[in-house]
Amino acid sequence: MNFPIMPQTASNYAVSIDDIYFTLVTLTVIFTGIVTLMLLVFSVRYRRGSRVSRKNPSTGNLYMELTWSIIPMLLGLWIYGWSAIPYSRIYGDPPANASEIFLIGKRWMWHFQHANSGIRENNELHLEVGKPVKVTMISQDVIHGFYVPALRLKRDCLPGRYNTVWFRPNKVGKYYLFCSEYCGTNHSEMTGYVYVMSPQDYAQWKANGGSEHLAKTETTVEIGHDLFEKYGCVQCHGDQDNVHGPTMNGIYGSTVRLANGQTLTVDDNFLRTAIINPQAQRIAGWPGVMSGFPVGSGDGQISEENLLDLISYIKSLGNVQQVDTAAAQKVTAKSATVRTSSHNASQATKGQSR
Amino acid sequence: MSSIPLNPGAIGTGGRTRARENYLNIKHTVSSWLLTADHKRIAVLYMISISVMFLFGGVAAAGIRIALVRPHDTFFSSETYNKLFSAHGIIMVFFFLVPSIPATLGNFLLPIMIGARDLAFPRLNLLSWYLYMFGAVLVMGAIMFGGIDTGWTFYEPYSSVYSNTNVVAVIVGVFIAGFSSIATGINFLVTVHKMRAPGLTWFRLPLFVWAMYATSIIIVLGTPVVAITLLMVVLERVFGVCVFNPACGGDPILFEHLFWFYSHPAVYIMILPSMGIISEVIACFARKRIFGYEFVAFSSMAIALLGFLVWGHHMFVTGESMYSGMVFSLITFLIAVPSAIKVFNWSATLYKGNVWLTSPLIFAIGFILLFTIGGLTGLFLASLAVDVHLNMTYFVVAHFHYVMVGGAIFGYMAGLHFWWPKITGRMYPEGWAMLSAFIMFIGFNLTFFPQFILGFDGMPRRYHFYPPEFQMWNILSSAGSSVLAVGMVIPGIYFLWSLKYGAFAPNNPWGAKGLEWTIQSPPPSHNFDTVPIVTEDAYAYEAIYAAELAGDYSHVEAPIPYLSTTDKQVSVESPASPNSSEERK
Repeated sequence: MNFPIMPQTASNYAVSIDDIYFTLVTLTVIFTGIVTLMLLVFSVRYRRGSRVSRKNPSTGNLYMELTWSIIPMLLGLWIYGWSAIPYSRIYGDPPANASEIFLIGKRWMWHFQHANSGIRENNELHLEVGKPVKVTMISQDVIHGFYVPALRLKRDCLPGRYNTVWFRPNKVGKYYLFCSEYCGTNHSEMTGYVYVMSPQDYAQWKANGGSEHLAKTETTVEIGHDLFEKYGCVQCHGDQDNVHGPTMNGIYGSTVRLANGQTLTVDDNFLRTAIINPQAQRIAGWPGVMSGFPVGSGDGQISEENLLDLISYIKSLGNVQQVDTAAAQKVTAKSATVRTSSHNASQATKGQSR
Repeated sequence: MSSIPLNPGAIGTGGRTRARENYLNIKHTVSSWLLTADHKRIAVLYMISISVMFLFGGVAAAGIRIALVRPHDTFFSSETYNKLFSAHGIIMVFFFLVPSIPATLGNFLLPIMIGARDLAFPRLNLLSWYLYMFGAVLVMGAIMFGGIDTGWTFYEPYSSVYSNTNVVAVIVGVFIAGFSSIATGINFLVTVHKMRAPGLTWFRLPLFVWAMYATSIIIVLGTPVVAITLLMVVLERVFGVCVFNPACGGDPILFEHLFWFYSHPAVYIMILPSMGIISEVIACFARKRIFGYEFVAFSSMAIALLGFLVWGHHMFVTGESMYSGMVFSLITFLIAVPSAIKVFNWSATLYKGNVWLTSPLIFAIGFILLFTIGGLTGLFLASLAVDVHLNMTYFVVAHFHYVMVGGAIFGYMAGLHFWWPKITGRMYPEGWAMLSAFIMFIGFNLTFFPQFILGFDGMPRRYHFYPPEFQMWNILSSAGSSVLAVGMVIPGIYFLWSLKYGAFAPNNPWGAKGLEWTIQSPPPSHNFDTVPIVTEDAYAYEAIYAAELAGDYSHVEAPIPYLSTTDKQVSVESPASPNSSEERK
């Protein structure tokens, strides 16, 4: 006989979410109690035939109405503000030292790639306790939901678009991983485990190349670098601007103007579209001769996994946001176009890193 | 609320209504039913249809609860399980909850409550029933022969590309049934605006009419959106028109936005009519005006309008912008206020009332309690960070069942018991009705309360298999569902029994105010011999209240026992004599 009343708690969010939850439970008990008491006491005390005073029955009272409108509203606004804070952390920017994990959901399994070690695993995710991780996820088919109750964490894993979430696991253990968005026949079997390990165990697991799991020693950046050459990207998007296309150096995080006049920031989703369907987001000033690589496993196609590798590589070529502050001191806002300034910045980054 | 005297029997329409011509006995041919334009007969047709659909939906629910008794069920395959919960959701939402109260009690009562002889467009009303039936037959056919496994939400791209079940047939069925809702909504709006009896100003309207009016606004504004959205799913599935499928450049999140733009307000389509019923029942049995009439009326309108601005709260974890999540959350907290206003006003109405505890009132009190829990747990899901954990778990399932079963169905049961004597001309056995109310209340809580805990424990919804540590709560829930089923079968039996063996209902068995209680039971086809003139506010119970407190109960007409000696003397042909005063104690 096992009647669990709450899940395990294993992330930096768990305590703050549970606090709000149990505050809401308390408020619910109080309000339901008040309403129950009113209904029961009134319908028994004033039942037909009972001889109690019914002097001055009232059919409305503005002050009462205001009381039971304003008090619940203020309580609601309080809970609203309180619950918005952890929410903005969960889906907000991860800390700079967060290690990146790519997640591909497909019917009916989870495929993880650790960006730093290159280790790949299915339906299991091994993490080091206390280290923040950022998960970038995408689905190969329908909408899935990445859900780890012990982390109080959930994010829909969408086809055709990256979603991210970050967290810091803070308790060693083995925790359920569920698919929370209905995805067809074996939806309830699209489950797995998240292992949060002590630093020693994690180091050993990593040294073993993820033990018996699908091992891969190359990092995603290295794989991405190979792909960058294999798919011929380097010919037009190499170290310097080519007549056919812009260099990828430092493009990540920069702001670009599209041929249609729109201004966008180059992020994971931008690069994804730019690879699959470049004409949809042609950057102003470039001829737009690239034909794109549709997602798939055939010739001239690219897999979701390799897309993430490529993006990971492009990201490693320099992030303009990180050097922007330094660059901004030298270059005044009006002096250069966005494209050249980002180019300069990336050159600076490259100089430091190589 | 009208100029009719305190004791309606005294004006000569009371007494043995059985003998008098009414909408039920005026004609008996099949075509007189199937081609009727009488809103009361159409209401009865709808009542039979939705009861049959409720039965189908209930059978599917029973299958779900059987499967979930064991963590690794082997009774059904996962395909079958997915089809069961999809069938349950689609049937219950689109073919029971949405039409339930508006198409049955609303259809029957709205014209009578405002002193009209029918709805504004009687034939449109009949058309709406045929559209409903056409959609229902199509959907039931698709479910029986092959089934559908998308869930009632039809999320993309699963529904257009990956599911190999009868998605098109079901969507077309839902699409057609949607027009039946729209027809009813337009009919109600026009009727309330144009056909109120002289003297029946907006603020004299019974709150049930206000609730129907607010519901109709939602139906007319919301249903076309979901109809066209579902049609696009069909176009994408059949012709490959690319709208929501990301593989060809579509956006599955766009589908969610469009779907919830209707389907969140649809929750209010289900609950607002029940709220209207509760106002009627509470006022009648407390013998008081509803506390804060204007606040209750305007809170219905506020819910109807704000209800259109909260759809994004279904999508906090989908990847919509964090900031739009914050806006949707805020508006969701605000919409809780009008609901709280209603709950407190109903409770306050009982204060210093002369409370007559009958089965409709017990159902109504059950409604208020369960709706309070359902509404407050909605705030858990409106709280952004908490929703990240609870979204798509059994907590959501428990929450919306508290609102839709605890709310909408308890409200429907309250209304059905309250107006059953008026609709059928018969009384049901009160003891059994009270018993079924208690059994339903206990069974309901036993079924759905454990699901709140399961949800917080992290059990996702739509799971055929689940980790073994969740089993005890699931067993409790399945056990509760069998109690709930018993509580629902009992009324089915005694209502049918009452049609033949129930005592004849007087015109006003509850001593209630409202135009519907001034005419005979069941009403004549044309409702009113003369157009009533309204000179009072709704719920002017003061005189009855004072009379009852003085020890005089004479305004409550006693039921006429079946096969009593007086009954036998009244032939079907003879006009009834207005001697009802003798019948009363």
